Amino acid sequence: MKNIPISAMIGLAFTGLYFLMAIFAPFIAPYGMAEIVGDVWEPSSSKYLLGTDSIGRDLLTRMIYGGRTTIWIATAATILSFTTGSILGFIAAVSGGWVDQVLSRFVDLIMSIPSLIFALVVLSVMPVTITVLIIVMGLLDSTRVFRLARAVAVDIAVMDYVEAARLRGEKIRWIIFREILPNALSPLVAEMGLRFIFMVLFVSTLSFLGLGVQPPQADWGGIVKENKEGIVYGIPAALAPAFAIATLSISVNLVADWVLNRTTSLKGGRG
Amino acid sequence: MHPILKIIAQRLALSTLLLLAASALIFAGTEILPGDVAQSILGQSATEQSLANLREELGLNEPAISRYFSWLGNALQGDLGIALTNGQQISESVGSRLKNTLFLAGWAAIISVPLAIFLGLLAVRYRDRWPDKLISAVTLTSISIPEFLIGYLLMYFIAVKLGWFSSVALINDNMSLLEKLNAIALPVMVLVLVVLAHMMRMTRAAILNVMQSAYIETAELKGLSGFNVIAKHAFPNAVAPIVNVVMLNLAYLVVGVVVVEVVFVYPGMGQYLVDHVSKRDVPVVQACGLIFAAVYIGLNMIADIVSILANPRLRHPK
Repeated sequence: MKNIPISAMIGLAFTGLYFLMAIFAPFIAPYGMAEIVGDVWEPSSSKYLLGTDSIGRDLLTRMIYGGRTTIWIATAATILSFTTGSILGFIAAVSGGWVDQVLSRFVDLIMSIPSLIFALVVLSVMPVTITVLIIVMGLLDSTRVFRLARAVAVDIAVMDYVEAARLRGEKIRWIIFREILPNALSPLVAEMGLRFIFMVLFVSTLSFLGLGVQPPQADWGGIVKENKEGIVYGIPAALAPAFAIATLSISVNLVADWVLNRTTSLKGGRG
Repeated sequence: MHPILKIIAQRLALSTLLLLAASALIFAGTEILPGDVAQSILGQSATEQSLANLREELGLNEPAISRYFSWLGNALQGDLGIALTNGQQISESVGSRLKNTLFLAGWAAIISVPLAIFLGLLAVRYRDRWPDKLISAVTLTSISIPEFLIGYLLMYFIAVKLGWFSSVALINDNMSLLEKLNAIALPVMVLVLVVLAHMMRMTRAAILNVMQSAYIETAELKGLSGFNVIAKHAFPNAVAPIVNVVMLNLAYLVVGVVVVEVVFVYPGMGQYLVDHVSKRDVPVVQACGLIFAAVYIGLNMIADIVSILANPRLRHPK
């Protein structure tokens, strides 16, 4: 533990704090999630630490529950994107030949459309539920994980121990999970932090555009959307999520940087 | 044929093919998914009769393939179809909005590109000292906040608290250029901040990469000053990656514009797209998606071609 640099410590502490808040939201939040407790846009006071929102709900409560929704969606989408992306990437790298070609060209194709635009196109016909959001975001983002996983695995797939495993007749499942995965894990873990941030930004953007989490559910992008009219009157309620998103993503970045620095010396980094 | 022309022709053909595939993907994205377009437009309570009517009107009874080709054929001739929500020609609405969006993105590009390269050079020159650290910290913060929040932060502090610019960016054709620039000052600022951060970080990385070459060490050893080494030796060799970075970020700008337009209620393509996604107006969404994809693919293609032109080593693939 003592080898952890101070920046990574801060990052870990804040990341941990946010996750704990997400898990224990109902116990921490002073009021109920959709409970109207006061006047519209009250300033911060001892009763309402951050003030109230556009219809008189406690903003701190909304932020805590919003963090819960945002972090939960981002985590689920990251996990989905990593499982799909890395398994397909490993399969492409290990099989080579036409499997690799088909998968890689398909990923090129999806990446040729900006993911926000593609998500908007898909969400225009899909019902907007949390499950759909997670699937759309996770699958769109798995293209990036695919590229990274494939690039890392191509280097590993030519190693002698993989050759040895092939020669003794192991199946592709063994090669991927027992030979390649353990060696490709560190760059993937570092990337995971960055993807998680991207997911947080992505889901906040979608919710802000009104195509993500639907009210009365709270989430950080939605809080901005609900309170944006206040900005013009000088009421900063809509800016609260900016602080939360920025601190969360900077602290995850610090952790990811540390993991990356630790692993670059081991295995050609993100190459 | 000249080898460079041949490469350019190849890239063009490749991009056209990619765009074709992308159009198919966009079309498929709105078609093959579970759920019927007519159902999602009219909602759960729609009667069988109105559903059937709408399906007929949208041509949903024909097979998807033939609808795709007629859609694509019309789009190629500039006919993007008719919006479901107001029954107007999509290409008419798109025309002026596209112009507005390009106006916004163009100014953001004009300001951010030179600034990013300059800051990148500065960060490399003072690597690991306070200017570098300051630039790194500011850019890290600005890529950690979503664009729309940067928009509201600027709106709150600059437009509302300081009262310098107006908080909504409404423009029309009767305004003079100066008035227009004043109106779009804030959205341009947001876009510049967002793109600048990415561009500057990537420029810095590209130059640092070149700085590790042997000829840079030679230049340093023969006593050139810091800026001379960068300007005369590192920069020319870093041009190709930097151009690539610039183009990639301009492509990124295309996406950033969507959100920023919504924040500042700017009458551009992005707002048009988002509005009609929530109204489930599929033809508009398809048309906008196609245009955004075309711009994105086009910029990426230019990035490709320029980096091949700038780097002779790429002209002879192994």
